[in-house]
Amino acid sequence: MILIGIVVIVIGFALRLNPLAVVVAAGLATGVAAGLSPLAVVATLGKAFNTNRYVSVIWVVLPVIGLLERRGLQERARVLIAGIGAATPGRLLTVYFVFRQITAALGLIAIAGQAQTIRPLVAPMAEAAAERRRPLTRANRQRLRAMAAATDNVSVFFGEDIFLAVASILLIKGFLEVNGIVVSPFGLSVWAMPTAVAALLVHGFRLWRLDRSLK
Amino acid sequence: MIGLPALYALTGAMFAAFAILGLRDRSNPKRIGNAAFWGMMALSFLAGDLIGDLGNGLIVIALAMLAGAGALGRGAHAVDIAAQQSFAARYGNWLFAAALIVPAVALIGTFALPGTGLVDPKQVTLVSLGLGVVIAFAVCIVWLRPNPLESLEGGRSMIDSVGWAAALPQALAALGAVFALAGVGSVVGGLIAPMLPHGVRLAAVVAYTVGMAGFTMVLGNAFAAFPVMTAAIGLPILINGLGGNPAPICALGMLSGFCGTLMTPMAANYNIVPATLLELDDRYGVIKAQIMTALPILAVNTALMDWLAFR
Repeated sequence: MILIGIVVIVIGFALRLNPLAVVVAAGLATGVAAGLSPLAVVATLGKAFNTNRYVSVIWVVLPVIGLLERRGLQERARVLIAGIGAATPGRLLTVYFVFRQITAALGLIAIAGQAQTIRPLVAPMAEAAAERRRPLTRANRQRLRAMAAATDNVSVFFGEDIFLAVASILLIKGFLEVNGIVVSPFGLSVWAMPTAVAALLVHGFRLWRLDRSLK
Repeated sequence: MIGLPALYALTGAMFAAFAILGLRDRSNPKRIGNAAFWGMMALSFLAGDLIGDLGNGLIVIALAMLAGAGALGRGAHAVDIAAQQSFAARYGNWLFAAALIVPAVALIGTFALPGTGLVDPKQVTLVSLGLGVVIAFAVCIVWLRPNPLESLEGGRSMIDSVGWAAALPQALAALGAVFALAGVGSVVGGLIAPMLPHGVRLAAVVAYTVGMAGFTMVLGNAFAAFPVMTAAIGLPILINGLGGNPAPICALGMLSGFCGTLMTPMAANYNIVPATLLELDDRYGVIKAQIMTALPILAVNTALMDWLAFR
């Protein structure tokens, strides 16, 4: 019965109902199934929503990005890339991938991201690089934007674990210590390096293929 | 000491401004729904610590009902490309300098502020990000001289294009807390453990890495999946049973979970929010772009664990 929340989520997403409503319904169903009173479930959800407000703090960058976009930031990004002869979407995204992976490995995760860099700068630059050759179809423009977003996610996920003080490394260290196994953060993070290289090779190959498919 | 409360007040003020500006947008037939939604978010950020758990819970329910009823819409949102091009030519590459103020202050603040004692050292990056936003916004106001209403209109039309998805990551975090309270993780772990083959090392490694990815897809978060799957498979079978090295097993297990994060709508802030920010037609477009990267990396993680952890 406890698993009813997972059932609600799977059915809700499959029926393409509104995800926010589905998620809250899953929380209510799980809490009731666990034997809490309806009011206690609502209070539990509310408490967790309140303590997790930092998740939504990133929206605070929107006024700056929105104002700069209105004053031509995206257009300027296009002009800049259109003037670089060697620029292709794949090469541009590969350079961004390496930059993002290295900075994430140094613990600098919040300096870029979907709202901060992908929408205002990287996606328009990738589109401009593609348009140097030929006009983009609507489908290809959508594909390119999705790939720009994916490039940010993949590079951060498989870069940040090299940094010693990132949350996931500390979580592993804490979990093992509770179970009587002591490891150093560096002893953990060193094992993230082979996967980081693999991620660069796999995603870099896909970006190279992206360029060829747009030719 | 400046910490999260100051940042929450800043964010709450922004949401309140979006709610009020949204009401004025007569091109949006659902402007009352938008104003109610951003007003609720503003209330959560400005007064969340004052209204009690039940009050916050009622905000969550109200947000879900507004979203579920389709009460949010978008204005006509006419993008004036010609004006943007002329602005771009006028301001040139200084626009990039202004855009880089936020990350630059976040970066410098992260290193410089902890020693001053002015800022909560645990939250220094987020506080620095907020400080960067304030500085960048002030610079933009002085330099670009927008009229007062125009200064927030760009941000407001962006948040309206994101819509209800803006609150989804936070709601998912709340769901994770309810799941943890109800013990969902250990129930699922208890279901998986008896299905494992005994004695076959590669099968156990695959069960752990694929299990991490799959369970992360269900919960939307590798951090929630890790303790459960590692307690069910990693620790008893791979480490204690087969004598594997704990560090590479756990590190690669976590990275296998990240492969799952790339493939699930439950990880909304990475997968759903960008699709709305970039105005993709397909809500799952970013996930579809990531699957063919995530699956090969998951295979690499599995092979690396089998190779490196048992030497």
